[in-house]
Amino acid sequence: MSSSTLPRNATRRPLGRRVVDSTRGFAVWFGTFVLTLFGLLVVTFALGLTSAADPALHRVGDHASEAVYQAARHDFGLDQPIPVRFGQYVWGILHGDLGASWSNSRPIASDLARVFPATVELSIVAIIFGAVIGVGLGLASALKPRGAIDNILRLVSLVGYSVPIFWLGLLMLLVFYAILHWAVGPGRLDDIVQYSITWHTGFALIDTLIAGDWDSFRDAVAHLVLPAAVLAFYAIAGISRLTRAALFAELGKDYVTAARAKGATQRQIVLGQAFPNVAGVVVTIVALSFTVLLEGAILTETVFAWPGLGRYLTSAIFVADMPAILGATLVIGTSFVTVNAIADLLTRSLDPRLRT
Amino acid sequence: MTLEHAEAAATSIAPDAGETSRRLLLTLFGSPTATLGVILIVLLLLAALFAPLIAPYDPIAQDIAQRLLPPSATHWLGTDGFGRDVLSRLIFGTRPSLTLLALVVVTSLPIGLVVGIGAGFSGGWVERVLMRFTDIVMAFPQLVLALAFVAMLGPGLINSALALTITGWPAYARQARTETAAIRQSDFLAAAQMAGITGPRLLFGHVLPLVLPGAIIRVALDLGGIILNAAALGFLGLGVQPPTPEWGTMVSDGTKVIFDQWWIAAAPGAAILIASLAFNLLADGLRDILDPRRE
Repeated sequence: MSSSTLPRNATRRPLGRRVVDSTRGFAVWFGTFVLTLFGLLVVTFALGLTSAADPALHRVGDHASEAVYQAARHDFGLDQPIPVRFGQYVWGILHGDLGASWSNSRPIASDLARVFPATVELSIVAIIFGAVIGVGLGLASALKPRGAIDNILRLVSLVGYSVPIFWLGLLMLLVFYAILHWAVGPGRLDDIVQYSITWHTGFALIDTLIAGDWDSFRDAVAHLVLPAAVLAFYAIAGISRLTRAALFAELGKDYVTAARAKGATQRQIVLGQAFPNVAGVVVTIVALSFTVLLEGAILTETVFAWPGLGRYLTSAIFVADMPAILGATLVIGTSFVTVNAIADLLTRSLDPRLRT
Repeated sequence: MTLEHAEAAATSIAPDAGETSRRLLLTLFGSPTATLGVILIVLLLLAALFAPLIAPYDPIAQDIAQRLLPPSATHWLGTDGFGRDVLSRLIFGTRPSLTLLALVVVTSLPIGLVVGIGAGFSGGWVERVLMRFTDIVMAFPQLVLALAFVAMLGPGLINSALALTITGWPAYARQARTETAAIRQSDFLAAAQMAGITGPRLLFGHVLPLVLPGAIIRVALDLGGIILNAAALGFLGLGVQPPTPEWGTMVSDGTKVIFDQWWIAAAPGAAILIASLAFNLLADGLRDILDPRRE
């Protein structure tokens, strides 16, 4: 069975036309991306406006005189008209200013920059686990439709879609840490490692390797396994199911029937033809799952005391630290929107039918 | 052609939405997963309706002498840190979850339908603006914005529902737009317009009935996720406030004693899983039925 029977580039448009189309498509994509980020800014700004929490009152306290209170309002620019305040808000953000935290008075932007790598590290390890296992499960179930693995996949994805991830994390801690002692407890590193390590990149796995400190590296891995597994499970449900659906759709096409008629086995068809043809779709599926995973990370980090963006956000929520809540929302939201836009761009470039 | 003729023609050409739903229901109960889902949903609804009759104890009555008891014959699922019966709190916990679910559905579905039908039927720049707006909201992270919204505006059932609605409607708008655009040029709508039916009467009397079944199924796919998001809000202390029993809040209460009295967090988490699973089983069955490629 040669690949010449595959429907590839059936009609080739002239190169010049394709470049113009893709430039226009890219412009539309970029415009949507910028508009979405702007929308996110409007939302966080509006949330800050409508909130009952008053930054000026928070600074001067309940017992301050009216004059002191008004001076604080002026300081924060709260006496300006709303469009001006929005402009100042956007201007500040473009200059990396997210305001100061109410709970520790530190600049929120630098605190978020400090915790950001922890979230990236956790989610990247989780998406690697999730993609390998999820795509593997999808492939295995396509090799034997309605077989044992196919049924297991259906169950895994149903449970994966339905399980509250914060509860799953708690149970994992209970079973593997408290009862079986297979895993280490919550947190990112043991205290002794935490304070002895020299941070270069902010990624515990990389920085311990740079230091050549194997014990610390092992400690970092040990802390990462459980939360990454919980997050990965969250992603597996979607990845495996969508991979399976993409493969099954491909297996219903005429060229597969033709290959079957020529005596190709299911394994040859799935691995040799169907999978390469849906590989682009699978990349998009994984990219989209990454956005889902970012949201799952908020709860996972909270349960595992993982010092990332998610725990920063929930800690701010627990102490009603309004500027910190808005700052963290903006940063998590921007990451989410960016990953989403990249997934969208991948889809467009991999599937010619969607090009505009 | 008289008015009556045109009306009759419009009715006879129009696809029969009622017939489609009847066939759908028949096939639905042919699917074991969907049937299991429906049974579980009915049980949850019964528990919510008759909670005071079913629950063995008062869900908010504290009894410090009876605190942190393991599961036993008197307290099937044990007691929590205030000596409250966990099973009774679980049964009453169906109420905020299902209320919130209902609130989110009855607010986000109409918004999605109005935006989607409006965009699909008008076409042109109205459609472009509405759908671009829909795309932008759809690209927002739902849980994060819901957390921020409730954290800023205050915890509670209504704010939680609002937060999930604000980011929840775009999927229904997209679905409704696609279906409306598909029937915009159809003969039965042309016949209806010839009969003088225009404006809201055309959209709500002739377009809506055809778009609604698809939109309701799209909603069904989201119900399990809404249950999970609601529970997450509760877990972070942003849902219904204590002492009202709420599953997510109960898991959070149990977190402090997870290594010693694990059942306090385990039981409400299992309830969230079962409730979400029930709706996902139903959705799974619906998806199978609607997938034209199903084996």
